[in-house]
Amino acid sequence: MTKLKLRLAHLYPKHMNIYGDRGNILCLRRRCEERAIAFQADELAPGDALAADAYDMVFIGGAQDREQRRVAEDLLKVKGAALREAVEGGVTLLAVCGGYQLMGRFYRTAEGEELPGAGVLDIWTVHPGPRARRFIGNVVVKWRGATLVGFENHGGRTHLGAGVRPLGRVVAGFGNNGRDGGEGAVYKNLFGTYLHGSLLPKNPQFADHLIATALARRYGDVPLPPLDDRIESTAHAEAVRLATRRGIIGIGGRK
Amino acid sequence: MLRQVARAPRPGAPRLATPASRNSARFCFVAPLLYCSTVIRRAAAIAAARAAAALSRRLRFGGGTALPGLVAQRIHPDIVRELAAGLGAGSVLVTGTNGKTTTARLLRNILQEAGLKPVANRAGSNMMRGIAAALAAGARWDGRFRSPQERIGVFEVDEATLPHAAAVRPRAVLFTNLFRDQLDRYGEVETVAAVWRAAAREFPPDVTLVLNADDPAVAALGDVAGGPVVFFGLADRAAAGQTLDHAADARWCSGCGAELAYAAVFYGHLGHWACPQCGRSRPQVQVAGTDLEVGGQAPPITSGGQAPPITSGGQAPPSTSGGQALSLTGRGEGGPAGLRLAITTPAGGLTVRLPLTGLYNAYNAVAAAAAATALGIGPPAIERGLGRFTAAFGRQERLVVSGREVQMFLAKNPAGLNQVLRTITANGLQKDIALFLNDNIADGRDVSWIWDVDFELLSGHTRSLTVSGSRAWDMALRLKYAGLGSPGDVEPDAALALRRALQRTPEGATLYVIPTYTAMLAVRNLLGRWAGRGAFWERD
Repeated sequence: MTKLKLRLAHLYPKHMNIYGDRGNILCLRRRCEERAIAFQADELAPGDALAADAYDMVFIGGAQDREQRRVAEDLLKVKGAALREAVEGGVTLLAVCGGYQLMGRFYRTAEGEELPGAGVLDIWTVHPGPRARRFIGNVVVKWRGATLVGFENHGGRTHLGAGVRPLGRVVAGFGNNGRDGGEGAVYKNLFGTYLHGSLLPKNPQFADHLIATALARRYGDVPLPPLDDRIESTAHAEAVRLATRRGIIGIGGRK
Repeated sequence: MLRQVARAPRPGAPRLATPASRNSARFCFVAPLLYCSTVIRRAAAIAAARAAAALSRRLRFGGGTALPGLVAQRIHPDIVRELAAGLGAGSVLVTGTNGKTTTARLLRNILQEAGLKPVANRAGSNMMRGIAAALAAGARWDGRFRSPQERIGVFEVDEATLPHAAAVRPRAVLFTNLFRDQLDRYGEVETVAAVWRAAAREFPPDVTLVLNADDPAVAALGDVAGGPVVFFGLADRAAAGQTLDHAADARWCSGCGAELAYAAVFYGHLGHWACPQCGRSRPQVQVAGTDLEVGGQAPPITSGGQAPPITSGGQAPPSTSGGQALSLTGRGEGGPAGLRLAITTPAGGLTVRLPLTGLYNAYNAVAAAAAATALGIGPPAIERGLGRFTAAFGRQERLVVSGREVQMFLAKNPAGLNQVLRTITANGLQKDIALFLNDNIADGRDVSWIWDVDFELLSGHTRSLTVSGSRAWDMALRLKYAGLGSPGDVEPDAALALRRALQRTPEGATLYVIPTYTAMLAVRNLLGRWAGRGAFWERD
């Protein structure tokens, strides 16, 4: 049997790294290498070309506004077309927070300025204005019969187009827009979400789902043997408990 | 207009009469009433603040630091402005992500050595209510201070509170550094930078800004300053590295957006920087730290040793012999190797040795020296003041409990915690370490920052590891990724965890406690209770 390898493109790590996003990469690496799957992560900066077929998975994290502008510019001019081609071709993409917003059609800032996104995903995000409430707090999401946990911190409200499904349903927290109960977005093998914390270490099932999806394109179904996830499971369960308990008294809870 | 009145040496001046004076007939009648009501309200505010402080100390509410100020401000919203106007030598504000408390404390010592009588807020109580509480506690009933000419305010100020703190009419404002910190509370780093720029622009031209030249985000405030600027920084490149941390914040040029180049990195994004594109670079410094000797930790001390061994298991806390075994030892017998550095100022140089370790404390010392320089204080007082330093609340503070030394290193953001880890592991010996991660509002609700910390630094340096706090399992998971710890090291309950960590620390050795802010309060309270002493925070 050929040695399996997961090739990851980590987009803009110096710009998009605000909420411990490094943990997501560490998690993917660990969960691959413990199963003897080789893991290669290439860091791509603004200006670096992206070949649509060179990677099994792409990751983009969150950032501050200033860095996000720089990245948005690069997505438009340099990497956008290849990214669209990759996603249409079934490459797995995980986009978190600001990276999630950037995958969409546009982001309208609090001041009403409309910044074009990469247009990979049929979503759009609107910041209702400087006085609007920011969505900050612990989140629990129902996802494929299980839960995802994380922390959200965003001013923009994201809305999904017709061909896009939410990643999960909000149990505690705000989610995409605080209204329709949806969190994140799925289109083909693109997964967008507001959850950080870091997202993947505490959600090992989701991490494995991404790994399996990414490998399936080149290798077909790859069985992933279970790992020792005792600490992961406890951290996950604790996060659910804290988020839902605190939801009752309204801190970080759903209003 | 307002400013002049506030600055007048008569704190009791009837400021409120000013609007009424438009109508002089009414003025004669209304002004005395307004004046009286201001006086009464101010006295009531001071009295209530003191009562609240006494009560909350008695009830052991959070150290009695927030409530008195809140009460005073509720009764008399202008209390800070009015009382601060009575500080004859003016005020200094100290703000920034890391180092506020220690720097303010160092500065206080220097000012005392210069013959002044500082009025300062308590460690970490750095919102307006903390300043109000400090002023109310120091003033007399009539709102004036004893020996007013020697009175100077030294207030550490929360980054986001800075614009409000302008009410004290500072003579100098010190900015230590700007790192990502509790993004859920403060918003983005850039948001804080924008608040600072706006505040720096607003300060009148007689306010001196004291800026860390090694932090590009802080140095950029010099561009908008209307008044004089004193830059400080470290000059000793031998103590520096060459590469930025993976999550460095200010890596982009504030002028043109290009990636900055570093000839030397001291920690985080602090160093000798220049923009290869537009040519902006670290400004010339007036106050510089040179000849650094950043000592490692001392070998384990042998303590008084009368304490009986720690009881294992059960609910009983470790017993101590009538509190004798527990002492606050800022300097500590056999204290840490410490920090030695020389500081150059425009008025001459000086050399100091501090009972603190870590490069970040070298910055704190140089920052305090720079602020003192901005106030016209010369090297002799700076040298004496820095030399008699004792550790601040939770910041490398050393206690002795049941024959073990406990050293606390408050850490609440990636840059700070990375520095703590480097400091603890400096001498290469194996350490007993207890990590407390809470996610209360004062800690930051979002714990994702621990993934930006290089816990890998601890690898090979731990004899025992204990993990606690409301987010203990998040920490355990992060440590697992660093190849450290096991599920058995986790005990979310702070009291049980602290007891276990002490048990795992050999007698005579040091337990290194690394707590977030609210965890630090809890740990300190526990240690105090176990020793049968009052709450520690009274000693600040």
